[in-house]
Amino acid sequence: MTESALKAESRKISDEGLDKGVEKLTPAKIEQVINSVLANETGARLKVYADTCVHCGLCSEACHFFLSNDRDPSFSPAGKVKQTLWEILKNKGSVSPAFIRRAAEVASTECNLCRRCAMYCPFGIDIAYLMLVIRRICHKLGVMPQYIQTTAHSHSATLNQMWVKEDEWIDSLMWQEDEAREEIPTLRIPLEKEGADIFYSVIGPEPKFRAQLIYQAAVIMNAAGLNWTMPATPGWDNSDMCMYTGDNEMMGRLKKAHFETAMRLKVKRIVMGECGHAFRSIYDMGNRWLSWKMPPIPVTHAIEFYHELLREGKIKIAKKYDKAVTLHDPCNIVRGKGLHEMSRYVVNQTCENLIEMHPNREHNFCCSAGGGVINCGPPFRNKRVEGNKVKAEQLFVAKTKGAKVVIAPCHNCHGGLEDIIHHYGLNMELKFLGDIIYECMEKK
Amino acid sequence: MNDSDIKDWDIAKKEIADIGNWKGMFEWVEEPHVSPDGEKIAAVVKTGDMEFGVCENGTPWESVFDKVWYLRFSPDGRLTALVSDAGEWTVAVDGQTWESRFEFVWNTKFSRDGSGIAVAAQNGRQYFAAVNDSPWEQTFSDMSNLTLSPDGKSSAASVQTVAFGESDIFKFQEGCYSAALDGKAWDMNFVNVWEMSFSPDHQHLAAEVRLNLYDYTVAVDGIPWEQKFSSVWKPEFSPQDGSVTAPARIGGGWTLVRNGTPLWNSRFVQLWHHRYSPDGKKIAAVVSPHFGRWTVAIDGTAWTHNFGDLVTDLVFSPDGNRIACVGKDDGKWTVSVDGQPWTGGFDMIWRPVFSPDGRRVAAKAEKNGRYTVVIDGQPLKEEFRAVWDPVFSPDGEKILICGIEGSGEKYFRQVMRLADI
Ligand code: SF4
Ligand code: SF4
Ligand code: SF4
Repeated sequence: MTESALKAESRKISDEGLDKGVEKLTPAKIEQVINSVLANETGARLKVYADTCVHCGLCSEACHFFLSNDRDPSFSPAGKVKQTLWEILKNKGSVSPAFIRRAAEVASTECNLCRRCAMYCPFGIDIAYLMLVIRRICHKLGVMPQYIQTTAHSHSATLNQMWVKEDEWIDSLMWQEDEAREEIPTLRIPLEKEGADIFYSVIGPEPKFRAQLIYQAAVIMNAAGLNWTMPATPGWDNSDMCMYTGDNEMMGRLKKAHFETAMRLKVKRIVMGECGHAFRSIYDMGNRWLSWKMPPIPVTHAIEFYHELLREGKIKIAKKYDKAVTLHDPCNIVRGKGLHEMSRYVVNQTCENLIEMHPNREHNFCCSAGGGVINCGPPFRNKRVEGNKVKAEQLFVAKTKGAKVVIAPCHNCHGGLEDIIHHYGLNMELKFLGDIIYECMEKK
Repeated sequence: MNDSDIKDWDIAKKEIADIGNWKGMFEWVEEPHVSPDGEKIAAVVKTGDMEFGVCENGTPWESVFDKVWYLRFSPDGRLTALVSDAGEWTVAVDGQTWESRFEFVWNTKFSRDGSGIAVAAQNGRQYFAAVNDSPWEQTFSDMSNLTLSPDGKSSAASVQTVAFGESDIFKFQEGCYSAALDGKAWDMNFVNVWEMSFSPDHQHLAAEVRLNLYDYTVAVDGIPWEQKFSSVWKPEFSPQDGSVTAPARIGGGWTLVRNGTPLWNSRFVQLWHHRYSPDGKKIAAVVSPHFGRWTVAIDGTAWTHNFGDLVTDLVFSPDGNRIACVGKDDGKWTVSVDGQPWTGGFDMIWRPVFSPDGRRVAAKAEKNGRYTVVIDGQPLKEEFRAVWDPVFSPDGEKILICGIEGSGEKYFRQVMRLADI
């Protein structure tokens, strides 16, 4: 065993989904599943990537896991491929259950699919795509970390991420409407308003843990005088952990429900809350799996939406936020859609002082929560947080320059950064853009 | 509403209500709804502090409630709403509440003729359906996909039948869900049960099911097909012979299968929302013939013309000879009839409506914030602040247009002769 393989073995974390999952595997089953995925579900792209990589290691410098783990090659992007896909290809799918367990752990808990490394590779090799292929294989083999698999089950049973029952969803909207009416007596969260311009869509955790975000969104919609609605049926959740467990069929089912809800409501667009991965799912992966090249109903991310409202003067800032802030760029919306200048516009319009972290914009370091890694739950928490010392260092530098608040316009980033801030004792506050806008806007 | 139920085909134009006046009567007036015959217009209104009611043609319901939502007219013209009174929820029909009380109600469904009204309901964290004020006897720890038979005589839903801890992934994968018909769950459990359909006689129920994380099929009356697929969509019963068809994914492509075996030879990148013609002889579906393109296929053969963004709202003419759908290309919405799209795009267009003889097609449409009705591709000269789905007269010579006109808020019901348009 090489030194790094030994290290990898020593960091084995027990997880019921992985441990029990591999117990059922046989070499024949593994070989059959792998070869069927490779033959039927991957194409030229995988082959080109596998054949083109010259093992130069340039991508290593891109990866926060590598940089944060004393440059341990097993955490480098190419190292992750080496421990997974290359072995699989070399052995034509004939690998052991123990190998699959390790491959599942690498692909699901040691890579955020953040795509930073693809920018550093001279050939643009997309390691995230390769890790998704591994996850797909692991899904088909039934070897998936327990927590994220639970989430995938919730998606399948309820069409949302958090086991929110149909009535609980409606009840939380009515409750937020009641709360908001204490502040703005005429405010409505219009349910099932057919023909509205906007369907406001959120992710599963919002009604469950962050209901104030729905309240704030309602205040913003109200102040901007928009014709909007929220559905009272499943299909309201834009999030998608099935995309990250490799359950593509469920990913498609979720996006179908989401877009068909928009079609049923006859809205002109979906405005979605501050979330990175959901954007990837509805703007790229989920829609395309269903054969919608672009979202069939246009999707506006919260950053674009706030940008539009501020630029067009639809909402006005009464007083700018006066604590110095820094801004985290969520991978899925900067590398996925280049929204980094818009988010800066929003911050500059609403905050007195933005202190940048470096590198930033499309070169940002991921929060290490993304790609479903945080959803793999407590067993992998330390690895995730320790695997992102570089983010902690970035935040620390911003803090020494005066930043008190970190703005992260993505739910997962919030979770990830919260853990980092706590673990490294950074003592910074975390906010969504919506929190800042709500706090600083003129309310009608 | 059946167009033959509309009695008043002779009145040219009639003002029904002036919503502007309502605004003086109430703190606020929510978005209005119109009865299928156009004779009634109603809205949820705020009547006082934490107090809501319903105003219909200018007359408020006698009762007021803590909350009123999901105001909808049934196909037979009764006005329904979900209401809460002192923290208890129920259904109000034309101002009269059901006797049953619930901790919550939602998801109102109507039978085709409106005689059946179903809701999903919850009491003490137990879930069930209630039809015409009769709750199911059995309750479940979760329920979704409430479905009412077209005749309103039966209701069904996906239900949770086995308790499991959310983090117990292996228990979940053993199958903890089933379908319940009139409250009685099928014997067999599944990993998931999704959308379902009734046979025309409401005796049989077919549902999309997942047998494990990978194998999907259709279960009819609780018995899954032998054949398994990598995915399926909602099944339908043939009105002709009671067979069940569903879109199924085979080897990366989609086709239509009947009782488990492929019915269509063609494969599509996507295929869903299949519909039978009224006589059951033809089947049409929304399909994607190649990646990123959308159209309609009839008995497996796709129209030549296709759309880039989406196709939805597929409808057969009453005689089954024609098909219309809504399509969108480059952000512009239109209607396509028998594969021929109307020219001129709209910002939004609603489900097309056929005349009884199938010769004419009309749809509500929106452009630049104004609404109109488009008939055979030609928008009416009149524009509206709001308009509702048009209805053709039984002889196909007239069309009923209901809308709020011009700059005011007067709601009119208007019968136009198609020959005069
Ligand atoms: S975490 Fe990001 S940078 Fe590291 S390997 Fe994965 S995609 Fe590449
Ligand atoms: S930079 Fe590209 S070619 Fe070099 S090791 Fe990384 S993936 Fe391979
Ligand atoms: S969670 Fe946020 S930063 Fe982290 S991968 Fe998603 S978008 Fe990236």
